[in-house]
Amino acid sequence: MATPAAAIDLDNPLRRTPRRVLPGFGLTLGYTMLYLSLLVLIPLSAVFIRSLGSGWGHFWDVVTDRRVLAALRLSFGASLMAASINIIFGLVVAWVLVRYPFPFKRLVDASVDLPFALPTAVAGIALTALYAPTGWLGARLLSLGVAVAFTPLGIIVALTFIGLPFVVRTLQPVLEDLDNEVEQAAATLGASGLQAFVRVILPALWPALLTGFALAFARAVGEYGSVIFIAGNMPMKSEIAPLLIVTKLEQYDYAGATAIAVVMLVASFAIMLAINALQHFALTRHGGR
Amino acid sequence: MSAGRGYFWVALALIAVFTGPAARAAGVKLLNVSYDPTREFYEEYNKAFAAYWKSKTGDVVSINQSHGGSGKQARSVIDGLEADVVTLALAYDIDALATQGGLIPKNWQTRLPNNSTPYTSTIVFLVRKGNPKNIRDWGDLARPGIAVITPSPKTSGGARWNYLAAWAWALNQPGGNDASAEAFVKKLYHNVPVLDSGARGATVTFVERGIGDVLLAWENEAYLAIKELGPGKFDIIAPSLSIVAEPPVSVVDQNVDAHGTRKVAEEYLRYLYSAQGQEIVARHFYRPRDAAVAALHAAQFVNIPRLVTIDGVFGGWAKAQATHFADHGTFDRIYGQ
Repeated sequence: MATPAAAIDLDNPLRRTPRRVLPGFGLTLGYTMLYLSLLVLIPLSAVFIRSLGSGWGHFWDVVTDRRVLAALRLSFGASLMAASINIIFGLVVAWVLVRYPFPFKRLVDASVDLPFALPTAVAGIALTALYAPTGWLGARLLSLGVAVAFTPLGIIVALTFIGLPFVVRTLQPVLEDLDNEVEQAAATLGASGLQAFVRVILPALWPALLTGFALAFARAVGEYGSVIFIAGNMPMKSEIAPLLIVTKLEQYDYAGATAIAVVMLVASFAIMLAINALQHFALTRHGGR
Repeated sequence: MSAGRGYFWVALALIAVFTGPAARAAGVKLLNVSYDPTREFYEEYNKAFAAYWKSKTGDVVSINQSHGGSGKQARSVIDGLEADVVTLALAYDIDALATQGGLIPKNWQTRLPNNSTPYTSTIVFLVRKGNPKNIRDWGDLARPGIAVITPSPKTSGGARWNYLAAWAWALNQPGGNDASAEAFVKKLYHNVPVLDSGARGATVTFVERGIGDVLLAWENEAYLAIKELGPGKFDIIAPSLSIVAEPPVSVVDQNVDAHGTRKVAEEYLRYLYSAQGQEIVARHFYRPRDAAVAALHAAQFVNIPRLVTIDGVFGGWAKAQATHFADHGTFDRIYGQ
């Protein structure tokens, strides 16, 4: 997404403010600020204000509670795992969809979007039915000694499911832009297949991979509907942070619920910033290609 | 994404409500904010009440329903959902309207007969057909090798009754005290393989997933599950002791005064206590308060030798909530906090 804009800047390194063909900077910026304020900034600042509704002491007690910490660790850990799995297998899926013709390709392509389209609760129930100890896959896996449903592994499965389209859909356009002449050129210069992939293709894909990772991760951290059925929800073991927020709300502890939300927000924001920095680094390093 | 879709349907429903023929007819509208399993009951009751109100006053009343988890529904009303009446799963959630929102007076539960609870239910066991694990009473639930399905009392209002019933049984054993009750409940919850967040989730886990040997359920939901999923798959077991689950009702004073609907809203709740209202109650497997109607339907309810109340054993909801379900309460202690 950021690639074309950055490429233009790099193409015109001397021109600080490029002449614009279409006017309207003031109007669009004004609209952007209003839109972002109404939809994002004001609701989020309400969360911050409410989290201190019962004072700093309560806020601190809530966010340092052992059970809350365990849930946060689980939510962020499982989300990072799921996003990592997705960048590997999402890349494979995107690669196959872009590079090779095969029967029913359109159908396969469309099915990638299903996790987007499905109500998350339906996804959760379907996954649980499949992976439960009595389910079709769950029974087989259990006989191999792997329990999926009602364990943290089940949470990772659900989060991987909902994150897949983010990675595939961010990679696809970039892969389409990447001519296979590039690999051929690498091959004529004596690179092996692995070398061509690692040294030529992967660097070009890094920014998109990171974007896909960030989107899948962000979606996973806040996910509730699909996880709640497969997680088992045992305190300290398989209880995700969004469930604890709901639990606090059930006790009308608005301050406690928003305190957990604030910690999640700040942590997510920090991770997103780090990913953006990495992306910037990847772009400046390989952007001049 | 699902929330967005939800709002879309809500918006569409509102458009339908405001442009439909009902809006043009001269009449009053009521919004009854209720919890999940009362959907079918209030559908039938609303029709009966509308007919009764028309014959009594000549006015047309149309009643809209909103259903969801009991706690979530209470929060919606506190946050501004303009409910005229609330009919929730436990008094604690209606108490919140008084303590958090100041929408109703603190003594709301004294305004209608029977603790403002026109119908009750109780906690029973749903087991697989033929009761293969021979589960007869609460003590069996703590046996090793028994898997018990019940939602988390932290997130499910209805499941708090399950927990309290187990506790009350343990207290009533010879030599029972708070410590022995906590030990028993701890053993019971160690037999719970999945803590679903709501009652419907737990029913799905037990019925569809086939997980667990016994489901702790409200009597009316146990009967509904059997009725809807076809008889012959499950048996209902009556324990020796259970708790009277009291889902109370209240007018939301601040809203009915703003809408000018106090009279019809109060009558809507009072009619629940009438013979006709109680008859509909019984048809939907809730236990009627009216002795005559109860006697008529006695055969459809399981016989539980001893029924206790939350006021009798736990000193009311505020106390039970603080002792058992608040953060670091007994339920949290069970899981090692």
